[in-house]
Amino acid sequence: MEKIPILKMGEFLLVTIQVDMHDRLALSLQDDLTRMISQTEARGVLIDISSLDIVDSFIGRMLANIASMSRVLDAETVVVGMQPAVAITLVELGLSLTGVRTALHVDAGMEVLRSSLNDTNGNETITGKSANRDTYGSNFD
Amino acid sequence: MAVTSTENLPLVSEPDVVAIRRRVREISAQLGFTLVDQTKVVTAASELARNTVIYGGGGIVQLESLNGPRVGLRLIFEDKGPGIPDVELALRNGFTTGSGMGLGLGGAKRLVNDFEIVSRTGEGTKVTITRWK
Amino acid sequence: MNTILMNSNKKSAGIAAVVAKNEETILAEWIREMSGSVRRTDLIKESDLRAQCAQFLQLMKDGLETGNVNFQSSVWEKTREMLGDLSRSRAALGFMPSETASFVFSMKRPLFTQVRQDSKDDAEALAEQMWIITELLDSMGLYTTEVFQKSREEMIRRQQEELLELSTPVVKLWDGVLALPVIGTLDSARTQVVMESLLQAIVETNSRIAIIDITGVPTVDTVVAQHLLKTVTAARLMGADCIISGVRPQIAQTIVHLGINLLDVTTKANLASAFALALRKLGITFVRDTQKS
Repeated sequence: MEKIPILKMGEFLLVTIQVDMHDRLALSLQDDLTRMISQTEARGVLIDISSLDIVDSFIGRMLANIASMSRVLDAETVVVGMQPAVAITLVELGLSLTGVRTALHVDAGMEVLRSSLNDTNGNETITGKSANRDTYGSNFD
Repeated sequence: MAVTSTENLPLVSEPDVVAIRRRVREISAQLGFTLVDQTKVVTAASELARNTVIYGGGGIVQLESLNGPRVGLRLIFEDKGPGIPDVELALRNGFTTGSGMGLGLGGAKRLVNDFEIVSRTGEGTKVTITRWK
Repeated sequence: MNTILMNSNKKSAGIAAVVAKNEETILAEWIREMSGSVRRTDLIKESDLRAQCAQFLQLMKDGLETGNVNFQSSVWEKTREMLGDLSRSRAALGFMPSETASFVFSMKRPLFTQVRQDSKDDAEALAEQMWIITELLDSMGLYTTEVFQKSREEMIRRQQEELLELSTPVVKLWDGVLALPVIGTLDSARTQVVMESLLQAIVETNSRIAIIDITGVPTVDTVVAQHLLKTVTAARLMGADCIISGVRPQIAQTIVHLGINLLDVTTKANLASAFALALRKLGITFVRDTQKS
């Protein structure tokens, strides 16, 4: 059976969806990801959906589920690269994925994950090291 | 209304859902739909195809390209499943008996211009949607 | 039925023969006929008109020779094509629909004259031929009007689209900050274009913040507010934040009265404060140069 590969990059897991999503594939991705998060103790998950030409309610639910499940496992999820046409359709469908963080592309998504990690680390270690709390500011030049 | 071409596709298993999405994408692109309109009709087709497979126990879909006076795409999903006892309720947001988000039927309705559903308990369900260019 | 058909076949072939015999005369008289009301020498050259007339007469003769006088049938395909092209080009040149139809109608008199001379001894045959010509030319005239109308509608539709695109300029304010100043009433069609061009621009310019300025929008009703909300939500799904600016006091009142929930949307009184917020979100601060001030 085909599978969507999950890459490990440091503390983060990276998923690029490049095939036509059918329901069983979506469910197995959900399973594999949660297993990988707990195995690798990953702190963040980045899902690149820039190649997806539709997101219907099932795939939408999968994304929302992954975000909620990973949060329980102490990992942040960010979905990146949603196409404008897909976003418009999803809103029209009635799905706003309120619990899911988003970013324009992989770079911006990594930035979101890193800064949210810094945020929590900053809270844990009270060393006064200046944590980058600004989600937006860091890769501006 | 002139129907330029009609084709029927089986709708029995999950790969059929993916195949229908692809076909609807191709036809709507040929008809000159904008990218957003293509995406809307493909998404609606995906929702309804899934319903037919999961709740209707499989069925068929008929794809009709309409040409003149208006250009459009009509899709007819038909199954001989258990039917929907309360269509009004099923169209409401958040209603689900299965694993979706309960947006399938109502969501599909919002993505198209015309939406018609006929369902008889014990006999089956027929959903007709049309998206105009 | 069959005899009538054969009869009319023969009659139409007879007209074709008349046309062939008197081609030059008909052409000359026809063009003279047109010079009165519908020449429009300001819009079309004499030589072009002459060529069109000659071509049409030729097609008319060919069609009549087949004996089929139903203008919808395939033997008149070429004639329909020719008249279609003519109507479309005249619509583009600025002719009136009546002037376009007159191209066909003005042929009646010269053609009638020749046919009358040909069968002046047979009143019944003459009447039938007249009937065939009238019916044929009438349906051709109607056809030109139909095509004319269609191409005008097409023109209007295209202009509307162009206007829509022109009326929604997405401007870049800073690296990563877009602004969309909306001016005029937002209806469903326009909002969709606005929404799509904004979202597309977000991807193209890689902007994380988009400001929708509605200073120039006279009223906001439930539908417009909903469209704005949808745009904001779609942008968020793509990974960009929207700020709505230029909300005038009466619009703020309407929004609250209508019970529209804009709580999840960042709103600012004017574009300047929205831009300031955008820069702050990007971590950019400005410092006044004290030496220069």
